[in-house]
Amino acid sequence: MHIGVLALQGAFREHIVTLESLGVRATAIRMPSQLAQLNGLVIPGGESTAIAKLMVSYGFYDPIRQHHDSAGMAVWGTCAGAILIAREIIDALPGQESLGLMDIAVQRNAFGRQVDSFEADLDFAHLEDGPFRGVFIRAPWIEQTGPGVETLAHHDGKVVAARQGDLMATAFHPELTGDPRVHRFFIEQVVAA
Amino acid sequence: MSDAAKETGTLLVKTGLAEMLKGGVIMDVVNAVQAKIAEDAGAVAVMALERVPADIRATGGVARMADPTKIVEIMEAVTIPVMAKCRIGHFVEAQIIQSLGVDYIDESEVLTPADEQYHVNKRDFTVPFVCGARDLGEALRRIAEGAAMIRTKGEPGTGNVVEAVRHMRTMTDGIAWVSGLRADQLYDAAKQLGAPYELVKWVHDNGKLPVVNFSAGGIATPADAALMMQLGCDGVFVGSGIFKSGDPDKRARAIVEATTHFDDPAVIARVSENLGEAMVGINISEIPEAERMQERGW
Repeated sequence: MHIGVLALQGAFREHIVTLESLGVRATAIRMPSQLAQLNGLVIPGGESTAIAKLMVSYGFYDPIRQHHDSAGMAVWGTCAGAILIAREIIDALPGQESLGLMDIAVQRNAFGRQVDSFEADLDFAHLEDGPFRGVFIRAPWIEQTGPGVETLAHHDGKVVAARQGDLMATAFHPELTGDPRVHRFFIEQVVAA
Repeated sequence: MSDAAKETGTLLVKTGLAEMLKGGVIMDVVNAVQAKIAEDAGAVAVMALERVPADIRATGGVARMADPTKIVEIMEAVTIPVMAKCRIGHFVEAQIIQSLGVDYIDESEVLTPADEQYHVNKRDFTVPFVCGARDLGEALRRIAEGAAMIRTKGEPGTGNVVEAVRHMRTMTDGIAWVSGLRADQLYDAAKQLGAPYELVKWVHDNGKLPVVNFSAGGIATPADAALMMQLGCDGVFVGSGIFKSGDPDKRARAIVEATTHFDDPAVIARVSENLGEAMVGINISEIPEAERMQERGW
């Protein structure tokens, strides 16, 4: 299995380290030509506006859509990545385009600014061994989910993790906690789907 | 479980935002128009200031925290994180900045220090802090005080990358030295570095700083940014280098791309074409020692 981590900006190294700890081949992706042959792609946390601009500059949008739609590449977006894979970005900046892969509407910075950033225990569906520690950094939430989207976790009544076939979105940062259970879920359940 | 208690201001939440800024460019801006240009160019955050370091240097006198209306104007203009500077040791300026809802405080040597012995006790705050450092010991002292992010100082407002390089290399050499020591040598290393043993041990065991380290102070071109990234920093601050240049919009975009593709010379070459005038720049030897900002902080 070969997973790519989009490495334009943000916390991509932590995803690679966690994936490798699970025995998966993980590669930093900086150019669209590297997408070929990937079983899955992680779009990491970072600044969604910065990542989106670099995705436009280097022509990532159509290749990611094509590899997902026709080559079966699974995609997981964390935080900024969840915004980028959504069907709709609520309160998007003018010209801010998402990949439109997953049938969710995501609200940017929904939980507030940095002073409102927080940690909380989450009851994450399908995970064993107790709650998962969610780290929310200027985090979005998932405002709407379409039919066929399974909610995986809530916080304070808001959807903060969801899955639709070979797509997954998390508003928080499993890569910062050292707990590999969400990464394992992605590899075993979402990529293999 | 879904409504479980939440904790704000934890170390993981503070260092976590810095993790999200990695591989990015943080730009100094003095008004809403510049802030929008920075955001549109792909900056990961902006530093809200009244004057960029080059102007602070030219004006002289005591440099203080920016007017809150200036900081709020910039916060309202953009959706990316906004940082603001307080004077070294001026914990009331820090309290004011936190109350405005700023995302990161830079306890900065660019402003005139308010305390020549103590830095701000950054553990008292919910908002995270970034602090400057010239070497490993200084970085670990700031982290002990609660800094959640470090930036090597360089020499601000010069457009001259030489000090940024010196401090980055000194930091890397310090980390390599500590990593290579035997466990029983770490107590003496802590004494030599003037830093807590536990942090020195952490660096020894992990071979890196415990927090994200950006480079600052003199970066003016895409090549400068890529140089600092290849020397091992996690991202760059660009102060005067963008808005003191001939074409700030184009230069800002070019520095963002060079920071992402720092190890791809073909990309750096392409983005470096026709950028117009870079800021003029100052040779460090022409700055009297008393006016070197990097000497501030201890």
